Amino acid sequence: MNNLIDLEKKINSELTTKINKTSIKHNQIYIEIDKEDLIDVVLFLKTNKDTKFRQLIDITVVDYPEETQRFKIVYLFLSHEFNQRVILSYFINENELISSLTSVFPSANWMEREVFDMYGVNFKDHPDLRRILTDYGFEGHPLRKDFPLTGNSEVRYSEEKKKVINEPVKLEQNYRNFDYESPWEGTKYIKEISETNDKKN
Amino acid sequence: MTKKIKNLNLNFGPQHPAAHGVLRLILELDGEVVEKADPHIGLLHRGTEKLIENKTYMQAVPYFDRLDYVAPMNQEHAFALAIEKILDIDVPIRAQYIRVMFCEIGRILSHILNVTTQALDVGALTPSLWGFEERETLMTFYERASGSRLHANYFRAGGVHQDLPAGLENDIAKFCETFPKIINDLENLLTDNRIFKQRNVDIGVVTKDDALDYSFSGVMIRGSGVPWDLRKSQPYDCYDQLDFKIPVGKNGDCYDRYLCRIEEMKESVSIIKQCLARMEKGPIKTFDGKISPPSKAEIKQSMEALIHHFKLFTEGYRVPKDEIYTAVEAPKGEFGVYLISDGSSKPYKCKIRAPGFSHLQSMDYLIKGHMLADVPAVLGSLDIVFGEVDR
Repeated sequence: MNNLIDLEKKINSELTTKINKTSIKHNQIYIEIDKEDLIDVVLFLKTNKDTKFRQLIDITVVDYPEETQRFKIVYLFLSHEFNQRVILSYFINENELISSLTSVFPSANWMEREVFDMYGVNFKDHPDLRRILTDYGFEGHPLRKDFPLTGNSEVRYSEEKKKVINEPVKLEQNYRNFDYESPWEGTKYIKEISETNDKKN
Repeated sequence: MTKKIKNLNLNFGPQHPAAHGVLRLILELDGEVVEKADPHIGLLHRGTEKLIENKTYMQAVPYFDRLDYVAPMNQEHAFALAIEKILDIDVPIRAQYIRVMFCEIGRILSHILNVTTQALDVGALTPSLWGFEERETLMTFYERASGSRLHANYFRAGGVHQDLPAGLENDIAKFCETFPKIINDLENLLTDNRIFKQRNVDIGVVTKDDALDYSFSGVMIRGSGVPWDLRKSQPYDCYDQLDFKIPVGKNGDCYDRYLCRIEEMKESVSIIKQCLARMEKGPIKTFDGKISPPSKAEIKQSMEALIHHFKLFTEGYRVPKDEIYTAVEAPKGEFGVYLISDGSSKPYKCKIRAPGFSHLQSMDYLIKGHMLADVPAVLGSLDIVFGEVDR
């Protein structure tokens, strides 16, 4: 369907209970679903003659460490036929397993490997879940918000051992993250008080 | 007596010149036939996405040059568009033409590199010598506009950094007159060349359905006969006002993809010409002082400009809370930025969708059953640059 609003209605009426929320923004449809319904929803989007989201553009994760449901899994789809884009998302807890899309889209293979590598999210039924971008023997998941920007280990050639070794990062100067928050808007504690006051009013 | 035959495992790269960078490809060979290919990537991984999360929006732009480093400005374009859409600001028309023109220069840069090195991989040396001379000319245009041959850092949210220097438009126009002859020369060397055809025709065939399933984009999907180009289907900046054609292949093999690239270069020249013809004097970035920095002269005169300048280069501009995916048609395919802003001056999350990533993923499917000698030909036609694959 070429019309975005019709398409949103169509998705809502066909999938009813499987959809938690839909919205249209920036010419794209944002759909929120439950973890269990992923494969059903994706199969519908891919095969229905009015949607035909034949291409999986990307899979990614957003990390919200403060939330109880820490990770937001995001899938981007494209329909060439109707020239539409859909952004599908759901939240999971830190150690939850999620279903792999490799059976529906072969291209999901590396995308899921990247998600696993960068965020440590595990997929069930993935044929080959290995690290992809980081080094052989790497530890940790770099794109998690609690992973330090400077990393945990560094590599160098050791003259004594005559080989390349890994050792903890030593920095001459710590990484400095300045807070450039505007002083004219008040320091943080004043701002928080004024913000809560605003809400009360 | 029976002889035991074992498949041979071969490491292709990471220091092989035909691997186009740092690709480690583990091939399982049965005689000379490839049974399985397992690409190991990440040797150029720099954690771009993590770094961007820790930089302001303006400081993040140079990272985009370092992704696909043969067409830097095309990547910056995607990022600039994403911010512009969230901030809901308009780009002056002159800036749009400048951006589109440099994106097309980037496309030519990338396609020259790809076509000529693909020829080099299958045994032709001369095209690369001729092609690289033109790339050098194009990179001087980059340098004159942005101050740098490769890592331009030129596009900004709301326009471009500076106006074009005097005389540059004329020189680009002159280049547009001479360049088609060079494309013809390259075509004379390659298009009907017997060896080039033997190495590329019917090699690495991609069907329409597989091109969709494997998330192909750009020339990889057009070579298989899907007429899909984001410049036409989801036009950004001033592409909807320009007149250009989208070359589409028929057979989906390496040779068709080569032909598509050659035709695209010709279209790019025509787009550049149209941009030059329509470009009029005018502002090159948005006037909103909260987003684009003031000129040096203004800083000397106005207190407000001084404050804006200071705030922009310390705190940076803030982007309201939002979530967006924007994509541009980069030379290699759909290059997208999935940006999540949280109201501060730094992106909360910036996922970069690189076309090469999905293309390289299909290596196993493309090369299975081909001969070892076809590996560089297929790899060459995928148009892989490791800056963007590894990020």
